[in-house]
Amino acid sequence: MPGALTSSAEVFDVPTGPAIVVKDLRVNYGDREILHGISFEAPAGDTLVILGGSGSGKSTLLRTLVGLEQPTHGEIWIGDRNFAAMNETERDEFRKKMGMSFQGGALFGSMTVGENVALPLREHTRLDDSTIQIIVRLKLDQVGLSGFENYMPAQLSGGMKKRAAIARALAMDPEMLFFDEPSAGLDPIIAAGIDELILKLKKTFHMTIVVVTHELASAFLIADRMILIDKGNIVAAGTPDQLRSSSQPRVRQFLDRVPEPEITDEIDYLQMLTGETPPGKR
Amino acid sequence: MPLTTSIGEATLDGLAYVGDLARLTGGVARAVFIDPFRGRKFSLSRAVHQAMAVGVEALPIVSLISFFVGTILALQGAYQLRKLGAMQLIADAVAVVMTRELGPLMTAIMVIGRSGSAFAAEIGTMKVNEEIDALETMALEPVHFLVVPKFLAMILMMPCLTTWADFMGVLGGGFFGVTNAGFTWGSYLQATLNALVLRDIVTGLIKSVMFGVVITAVGCQEGFQTGLGSEEVGRSTTSAVVKSIFLVIVVDLIFTALFYFTAPR
Repeated sequence: MPGALTSSAEVFDVPTGPAIVVKDLRVNYGDREILHGISFEAPAGDTLVILGGSGSGKSTLLRTLVGLEQPTHGEIWIGDRNFAAMNETERDEFRKKMGMSFQGGALFGSMTVGENVALPLREHTRLDDSTIQIIVRLKLDQVGLSGFENYMPAQLSGGMKKRAAIARALAMDPEMLFFDEPSAGLDPIIAAGIDELILKLKKTFHMTIVVVTHELASAFLIADRMILIDKGNIVAAGTPDQLRSSSQPRVRQFLDRVPEPEITDEIDYLQMLTGETPPGKR
Repeated sequence: MPLTTSIGEATLDGLAYVGDLARLTGGVARAVFIDPFRGRKFSLSRAVHQAMAVGVEALPIVSLISFFVGTILALQGAYQLRKLGAMQLIADAVAVVMTRELGPLMTAIMVIGRSGSAFAAEIGTMKVNEEIDALETMALEPVHFLVVPKFLAMILMMPCLTTWADFMGVLGGGFFGVTNAGFTWGSYLQATLNALVLRDIVTGLIKSVMFGVVITAVGCQEGFQTGLGSEEVGRSTTSAVVKSIFLVIVVDLIFTALFYFTAPR
């Protein structure tokens, strides 16, 4: 585990990451609107967890926040800049302050772990090779992967791939970190390790962190603020305690893990089978 | 669906696809000729690495197949020429057909099989594994990072491979000429040199560059169009090979016609 993190936090005065404010965000895939006017706020240096079931639009929201999807309407204020209104060049410049960890890691399979972490440094900085090597070792140490720089991604376990991906996301010393399902597909012990790593990164670097997940235990552990998304709308927002004590039916259903009710009415069931009433509308 | 509607839709799809290829090629041209002046460099070392894979590593198979094709040409030529008692024209026939047509075309077919399919598979796998998205979030333009080195490597290596294929084809023809048509190696090569004009070689090389552009554009475009799931990578790889072969033949036809009608009479 990254024991070096706590000591470095005491030595350096790290600036806090920017606040993220999203206003009336709408995103379409073709003619279908996925996000129907989403607004929320992630205060500077906080960890925001975006909760939601499969197909709720939470991954689309994250992809829009990092610029992989273009919103049809709305604003994404990061600090004092509207990210959604930037042109390609400005966006690329701004992205150097963001780090993103993908669900499967998305490490480049043809490069070693070290080369993966070094890539943004080689492409965006004029640092010499020995300095880059030192930074690579430092970043890998921060995620608990010291000594793995010469391994190929295929030789790593699922949890190690995620850690390596986090090291790559940290390479450019970002002010914001975005995680897509950080603990998906990992056993509980490894998943807990990733949660702990996210907490330590926040404590050490004061980054603004946005995490998309549907793992409740992990979400409540790492979140300062949470939003719950359902069918492209925010159904609840607040601190973990506020969500835990919410009496809203959809929030309770999600947090208490209650399955969707079965259709008991035979007419409704027939209509669903014949396609007159789509399952989602019932 | 009426036949006219099907033909119309297929035509529109085809034109849209060619438009996509043109947009990708335009993006590469911008990355190579304009962006370096705006401070966005592309990696030359990655292009050299690609050139090794596309060109140098293809040499053994290109050599072997071109040699065989040269021998086949000589055999087929001899079948007709011996009726006329004009076996001495074998060298001319092999030299002209090889440099003007079969050298560039056979090289292109081999490069499609080796590299065009590999481009589609590489980019397709990266798409499926979210690596393309990862590049974008790291502010690395996928066209700069992945496509530009492949274009540069192909534009450089296709004429080189084609020149080598022309030479190996002539050697293949020479093998038959020396063993069966009364040539010596010296007289066969001299007859080849006498038969060729610079235009034969240059038109072949121009075609090879165009083939390189087509193969790279199709391979990369198919990779970027890969849907979700690993079976999609297989589909885009197959599609890259089929479409590349078709488009290479179309480009070959256009340029051969162009060279024919602009040739001095």
